[in-house]
Amino acid sequence: MTDLETFRSETRSWLEANCPAEMREPVRDEEDVYWGGRNATFKNDAQKAWFEACLEKGYTVPAWPKAYGGAGLEPAEAKVLREEMGRINARPPLSSFGIWMLGPALLKFGTEEQKKHFLGQIARGEIRWCQGYSEPGSGSDLVSLQTFGEDKGDHWVVNGQKVWTSYADQCDWIFCLVRTDKEDKYRGITFMLFDMESEGASTKPIKLISGNSPFCETFFDDVKVPKSYGEGIPAYVGEINRGWDVAKYLLGHEREMISGAGGGDRTSAIGAAMKRHAAKTGDEIDPVLRAELAMFDVDALAYGAMGEKFLDEIKVGKAHPAQPNMMKYAGTELNKRRHELMMTAGGSRSLEWESEETDGGKPSRNWLRTKANSIEGGTSEIMLNVISKRILELPGS
Amino acid sequence: MPLYHDEDQAMLADTATSFMADEGNIAKQLRHWRDRDCPDGFGHALWKQMAEMGFTGMLVDEDDGGLGMGHVEAGIVLEQIGRNLTPSPFLTSSVLAATALKHGSAEMKGRYLPGLIEGESVFAVAIDETAKHRPGRITTRAEKSGNGFKLNGAKTFVIQGASADMLVVAARTSGGDEDNDGVTLFAVPKDASGISQDPVRLVDSSVASHIKFDGVELDGDAVIGEVDAGRDILNSMLTAGRVGAAAEGIGVASGAMDMTIDYLKQRKQFGTLIGEFQALQHRASHLYSEVEIARAAVIKAQQLLDAGAESAELMSSVAKAKVAKSAGLAVKEGVQMHGGIGMTDEYDIGLYMKRDRALQEFLGDAYFHANRVAEMSGY
Ligand SMILES: Cc1cc2nc3c(=O)[nH]c(=O)nc-3n(C[C@H](O)[C@H](O)[C@H](O)COP(=O)(O)OP(=O)(O)OC[C@H]3O[C@@H](n4cnc5c(N)ncnc54)[C@H](O)[C@@H]3O)c2cc1C
Repeated sequence: MTDLETFRSETRSWLEANCPAEMREPVRDEEDVYWGGRNATFKNDAQKAWFEACLEKGYTVPAWPKAYGGAGLEPAEAKVLREEMGRINARPPLSSFGIWMLGPALLKFGTEEQKKHFLGQIARGEIRWCQGYSEPGSGSDLVSLQTFGEDKGDHWVVNGQKVWTSYADQCDWIFCLVRTDKEDKYRGITFMLFDMESEGASTKPIKLISGNSPFCETFFDDVKVPKSYGEGIPAYVGEINRGWDVAKYLLGHEREMISGAGGGDRTSAIGAAMKRHAAKTGDEIDPVLRAELAMFDVDALAYGAMGEKFLDEIKVGKAHPAQPNMMKYAGTELNKRRHELMMTAGGSRSLEWESEETDGGKPSRNWLRTKANSIEGGTSEIMLNVISKRILELPGS
Repeated sequence: MPLYHDEDQAMLADTATSFMADEGNIAKQLRHWRDRDCPDGFGHALWKQMAEMGFTGMLVDEDDGGLGMGHVEAGIVLEQIGRNLTPSPFLTSSVLAATALKHGSAEMKGRYLPGLIEGESVFAVAIDETAKHRPGRITTRAEKSGNGFKLNGAKTFVIQGASADMLVVAARTSGGDEDNDGVTLFAVPKDASGISQDPVRLVDSSVASHIKFDGVELDGDAVIGEVDAGRDILNSMLTAGRVGAAAEGIGVASGAMDMTIDYLKQRKQFGTLIGEFQALQHRASHLYSEVEIARAAVIKAQQLLDAGAESAELMSSVAKAKVAKSAGLAVKEGVQMHGGIGMTDEYDIGLYMKRDRALQEFLGDAYFHANRVAEMSGY
């Protein structure tokens, strides 16, 4: 047996022994996700046991180095772990913006002490992070952001407003883009890290069309942000005024994450499930809908191959650096189509907003939620702009 | 296995890219033969050159004198064939027929494979009996007669059928027209008496033949594999052919797309390059995304097929359907974004549109394969 095969069989038996049955069910809503953080509670014992087992192995962040709380897996091993978890539908033990977004940025731009400090907290699920990018006047045109940090020697005083800050009301810390030089658009932004309990920071939830309120308006009113949290731990990532580089790098990871390239829902076929679903209520799938489902499944399975190819290539530097934009575009548009079809296949039942049968209106609420996929993290139109400019190198874009 | 070419495959890709660009390009091959109304629709000299390159026998086992390579490698050559719109018997002879011949007797291999490997012989596959690909229904019959068989029936749209030295024919030896069992594959020499050919030129300048078999007498040793047990061989041949056609389609798609993107960077209207118009940029970027995804489906299918995985069947249909959709988009957007010049015979983009149309139909269109995906998934 090759090392990788050994690793696979070990992983398989480890998962068998440690992943509780409840954690092998598809994630139905936010509560099924363990986000960590100061105020975190586990939904049930299974969620707790699964998190703790993974934590001990470094499997909350399997590909991060051991020194920062990961398992130090090689890319090929991480792929095996992903495949084996996918095989039994294992849920992620811990989800967070720290893992998907801030972590990769710190790994690339952070100081050694910063990494030890912040990455360890993320890996252990101790601190839950939110992302302070968008502002009322700066969405797609993010670089025009106005939230300002006034330099006061050993600290900044931050004033301004962010918007669409996901989970800001439940998060502990924020990674935040703050203008520190009004003269230089691109080289006048600092990527700051600070506590949401700081005096002057407040949030106001915004209700979405799905009825949930996962995001907020976030206000900064004379928030004092120290420049350092101790020896070798600056309160900013990268350099002062060079936060745009970090922000862009992080967006790449965010887009990769939103694209669903790692597998899961977005890459699987739905036709068979829709047929079974319809059969339960004595319905049949309309032949024209069946045809659409089949066309969708072709696209979904092809996209699954694309996700695999993308991850394989990115590891060895073969993927175009702007490829996450393409993945995000295609993956989110596909996911929106998936939920349109699921709504249709479910018929009037899927219109129920509060019923027990629909577990509180899951089909319609999830369907509505997917409409944000092609907006959050950069809209589809912006993704197409980036592909035009950076991959196709079209003029003037 | 990672979903990209390993070092050897990357080297092969370089070789195939420059060979096809130099020798198989549109001016030297497609237009040359088309404008001379060549009855074959392809050049035999190029076929010989492809043999010298080692392409013709790529999929043939090493024990049988071939290179024993896989579908990833064959796909590398096919992509360049697609990109250059190179007319050649590669897909029908070196992929489809070669896959069927793997199941032939030693004597049969000895009779046919050297000619293929040398680039002397051309083979064709006679499966379809109607204008749409419906391999589930086979009505051409081979009846036992003495030590051999008598073949009666008709096949349609046999690509390069009239140029072929041997035809792989799917015929019914027992059971009803739609039965899965009772199908036998035969290697039928072109000069067998009772064969009549009616070649027709297609939109892409390739030549297909409507072939009638009128009491064609075949020896028992013309059977590929076992009598009545040809369905599995037929299926493996079709899967190989579909994955191959998908690889060629990716070449057509990326050839058309690259031409179009180049044009967007050259053509000026309203005082600016048309590539500056966001309406066109977005469509071009969407196209890029679709073609990339189709490419991933193709290499996934090739690797699964080479690994002998069960899911290769499903992925072959995913790949064929996805390529059909994205290559279709590439040629349509290609013509539209070229404006009037895209409608001219002199300009190459229209040739891509024609080739894509023929490839869409070959071995099942997007609807046929999406339907298979649904069936294989249980709905
Ligand atoms: C569910 C959800 C969660 C989010 N979470 C966060 C978060 O945690 N933190 C955070 O900072 N932000 C978050 N966002 C904000 C998100 O990043 C922005 O909504 C997004 O960048 C778009 O900005 P906007 O809403 O201002 O739209 P606008 O930029 O005003 O766009 C409006 C429309 O114009 C189009 N458009 C804009 N510019 C162009 C152009 N150049 N070419 C063509 N079309 C264009 C857009 O595509 C869109 O269709 C979240 C958003 C959603 C929906």
